[in-house]
Amino acid sequence: MSWRPTLFVLAAAFLAVFLEASFGFFRNLLGAQIDLLPALMVYTALTLGFTSILLLAVCGGLWFDSLSLNPLGASVLPLLVIGILIYRSRELLLREHLPAQLILGAAAGALQPPGTLFICLNAGVRPLLGWVSLWHWMVMAAGSGAATPICFKLFDRLRRALEYQPATQTSFRPDREIKRGKS
Amino acid sequence: MLKKSHYIILIFVVLAVLVLLQLPGGTIGKLKLAISGLFLPLFGLSSTTHELLGQAKEDLVPRHELIRQIEQLRLDNQQLQLRLQQEAEVWNENARLRGELGWQRQIRWRMVLARVIARDPANWWRSLEIDRGLKDGVRANLPVLTSNGLVGRVQSVGETRSSVVLLGDPNLRVAALVSGTTNETGVIAANVSAPQEEGMIDLDLLSGANLVRPGQNVVTWGAGGVFPAGIPIGKIVDVRPKEFGLSTEARVKLAADLSALQEVWVMLP
Repeated sequence: MSWRPTLFVLAAAFLAVFLEASFGFFRNLLGAQIDLLPALMVYTALTLGFTSILLLAVCGGLWFDSLSLNPLGASVLPLLVIGILIYRSRELLLREHLPAQLILGAAAGALQPPGTLFICLNAGVRPLLGWVSLWHWMVMAAGSGAATPICFKLFDRLRRALEYQPATQTSFRPDREIKRGKS
Repeated sequence: MLKKSHYIILIFVVLAVLVLLQLPGGTIGKLKLAISGLFLPLFGLSSTTHELLGQAKEDLVPRHELIRQIEQLRLDNQQLQLRLQQEAEVWNENARLRGELGWQRQIRWRMVLARVIARDPANWWRSLEIDRGLKDGVRANLPVLTSNGLVGRVQSVGETRSSVVLLGDPNLRVAALVSGTTNETGVIAANVSAPQEEGMIDLDLLSGANLVRPGQNVVTWGAGGVFPAGIPIGKIVDVRPKEFGLSTEARVKLAADLSALQEVWVMLP
């Protein structure tokens, strides 16, 4: 198994958490920050193996929580559950289809916040919740849905560019070569 | 699809997370600072880029505009110098009168400027990270403010950076005083009913005497020992009775714009 795709995904998760914390474009525009980790998890669960899912859930979740007031580890389990659910049924999912990517991304983005909030509430902390949380939830789901096909495109292109591609068999056969001219 | 070994690893990870969630606050704070320390090079890169962009922008400002700004700053400086002299006299008089009455002496505010390096990526918290920590004298629970008013309080401190919990977060409650009324105090709490209203917070636990009016200023009361008295918080927007008129609740428009914070001041002890 090649570790390169896993490292790419982890690097992307690291960068995603940094961007979410540093740039408030979506927060200022839509009133809610978009979380890119569920989209990355959808890609990982449909493309890579169990270890990659585990690493993304643990590292991504801990990085996210370290910059947040969330209890440390609160984001790990929801991400892991999303990853495992998709991984278990990935034979049935149409990985290459854009609608499938959109729906899976949106579903992952919709599952992640309630899961994290459930853990937060059970850990005894009281997050800021109100009617506006529904709007946050919708923005996060839509954002994750939109980000998932971009993730697929980017990572597939990166893999094609950096990984060894076996040479495809050409249709040329010397015995069927057309010889021109008089023999 | 999932093998037996996978299930064992999953159980182990779930248990590890559950243990992590049960760790005491101090340990968690240190762990968080250690993990978020990984982002320091990126934060450094980001602030350097910001500075370079700012410098590039400054280089494009025409000379006559710079001269005009310098003149304006010179005028402002002179005015502030005069006010400072006046304030020093008032301060001395205040100290003398307090001494005669046997009251505790007021302490001058000592400030350290900090740059905001990150915001909470989760939508259900109001917090941010600043680039000042223990080595700059920052400690937990110190007030954080801008020139407009109170912003929040330091939550946890690392060697070179700290986490600040902002006004409007459920973790921060501030004893507040409505200036212009007698003994009308309350508690600033998160605006849970309508957190979408950026820059609005609730002033709760006011008396039912209906003394508070829209437009009145709200400042820190000084009770509780975290925030010194007199830091501006905001202005009353509207007032509504609560618990069948037994108490009153008011909405307060914050003096500081929390959505556009670039730099903040930490008040040192």
